[in-house]
Amino acid sequence: MAKQISAKRQKAIKRNLTAYIFILPCLAGFMVYYLIPIFAGIGFSMTDYTGLSIKNIHFVGFDNYKNLFQNAYFKKAFMNNLIYTLLYTPITLIVALFFATVLNHVKRGVKFFRVCFFLPYVTSMVSVAIVWRLIFNPTNGPINILLGNLGISNPPKWLMSTKWALYAVIIVAVWKTFGYYMLILLAGMQTIPEHLYEAAAIDGARAAQKFWYVTLPLLSPTIFLCIVTLVINSFQVFDLVNVMTEGGPGTATNVLVYRIYEEGFKNANMGFACAIAYFLFGVTLVITLVQFIGQKRWVHYD
Amino acid sequence: MKDDPKKIIGRILFGLLLLLLVLCSIFPFLWMISTSFKYDTQVFTNPIQWIPDPVKLDNYRKAWSEIPFALFLKNTALVAVAGTFLQVVCCSAAAYAFAKMEFMGKNILFMIFMATMMIPWHTIMIPQHMLMGRLGMHDKLATLILMQAFGAFGIFLLRQFFMGVPNELREAAQIDGAGEIRIFFSIMLQQARPGLAALTIFTFITQWNDYITPLIYLNSPKNYTLQLGLKMFATQYTMQYGLTMAGTLCSMVPLFVVYLIFEKQITKGIVFTGMKG
Repeated sequence: MAKQISAKRQKAIKRNLTAYIFILPCLAGFMVYYLIPIFAGIGFSMTDYTGLSIKNIHFVGFDNYKNLFQNAYFKKAFMNNLIYTLLYTPITLIVALFFATVLNHVKRGVKFFRVCFFLPYVTSMVSVAIVWRLIFNPTNGPINILLGNLGISNPPKWLMSTKWALYAVIIVAVWKTFGYYMLILLAGMQTIPEHLYEAAAIDGARAAQKFWYVTLPLLSPTIFLCIVTLVINSFQVFDLVNVMTEGGPGTATNVLVYRIYEEGFKNANMGFACAIAYFLFGVTLVITLVQFIGQKRWVHYD
Repeated sequence: MKDDPKKIIGRILFGLLLLLLVLCSIFPFLWMISTSFKYDTQVFTNPIQWIPDPVKLDNYRKAWSEIPFALFLKNTALVAVAGTFLQVVCCSAAAYAFAKMEFMGKNILFMIFMATMMIPWHTIMIPQHMLMGRLGMHDKLATLILMQAFGAFGIFLLRQFFMGVPNELREAAQIDGAGEIRIFFSIMLQQARPGLAALTIFTFITQWNDYITPLIYLNSPKNYTLQLGLKMFATQYTMQYGLTMAGTLCSMVPLFVVYLIFEKQITKGIVFTGMKG
């Protein structure tokens, strides 16, 4: 009897051991690169750690968080990030929807068009930023030549202007990423059964009505996922800003991750930078939760 | 009947629309190619000179000689290939355990792993950077590679594929006396090939294009990846437009080739992961 139990236990131990051998590499990576930093970050966000010497570190409680909104740079960056999110999300979604709708009607050469539209997405942010910095050149850059040809005599100075720089960054971000959402939306459109469109046609629906009353409601779960992803990504914009404008001119394109980077690595303000970092996490978490609660009002699941 | 004039006009308009959309999405690439063959004085002319006259080939030669392009390329390839390999191996092993094995703490561990997907990498980049400093791992390509050992997305994706493999296959192999490791390598990995392919390509592209991680970890130019080198180069030669464009184009070509070869898998993978959230 006892022997049987111990044999069973041995087998269980062996089973657990095998499983943990399979998980071990991931678990080790998780501990070192994620788990410890997650808790260390919370800890450091409550100190005045500069990043230079661990000896002069003091516990400051929630002061860093309280000081966030006293800090002019942070406030400006947060405002910029909100503008960025509020414009980037809907514009990218609409552009992606439009391209997907058009692509859905293409009969020949679908692959060619798909590759053309997706190419910006596979290009690195750094390359994209370098090219567009020249395209936005205020004197005789291609964009302003085009605007000139359209009869606009005083085109914006784009990256040189505090008023336009953020919009220029948004334009590039939309161009760079819409292809990804287009692919997802296109796949969603292709799952809509043809007979629903035929029924709508019998009822006398025009193309626009079909889109509004058939495509959009049936696509709403996919659209919802796209919006969630877009918003999360919009709060993590960094590469584009770092290469195109370095947060400038002035503070015109400063965003949250750019603040984390500058406070942490340039201003030796690690504690404060960690507070911004957790603020970023909190904001995305809250917005995502709100979206999941709000979806019941407009997302149609079968 | 079939050549109704209204339909023909519709088709022409649709064709024009398509052309316009294609131009919108690829015109920066066209402008880039054209600029890379120009002298700097030819770049900002009005109207745009699409076919450079005269053609300057020297930009490409100079891009290769003035920046250690081959070195950056080697570093990038190392990080992308080794990192991707590590990610696929580690994630597939863990994903298999989560999909098919019973063990203590399975569900809670899986939930904790998945929860990390909610935390932006930027939130933990500073404490992670400090920890790596303590471990003496700054300015090393190995740091970037080892970081790939864990990936919540990879585990999630591959677990989906392993769960689709019928249990009978595993049981039959067990009866034949195969251990878990044999089963994993000779049966499970074969079955999950589409998932492995998707994860490999995604990780490779992300690693190749990554900017912020090398930016905070790598200090000495001999360790720079392409993206860092490109940024340094673009800052150094701000006014040398043709040269900058030639260098940028060269850095893009390898990835474009990878993309064109695996276009089908990439599209499928995006649809699969994007629609499930």
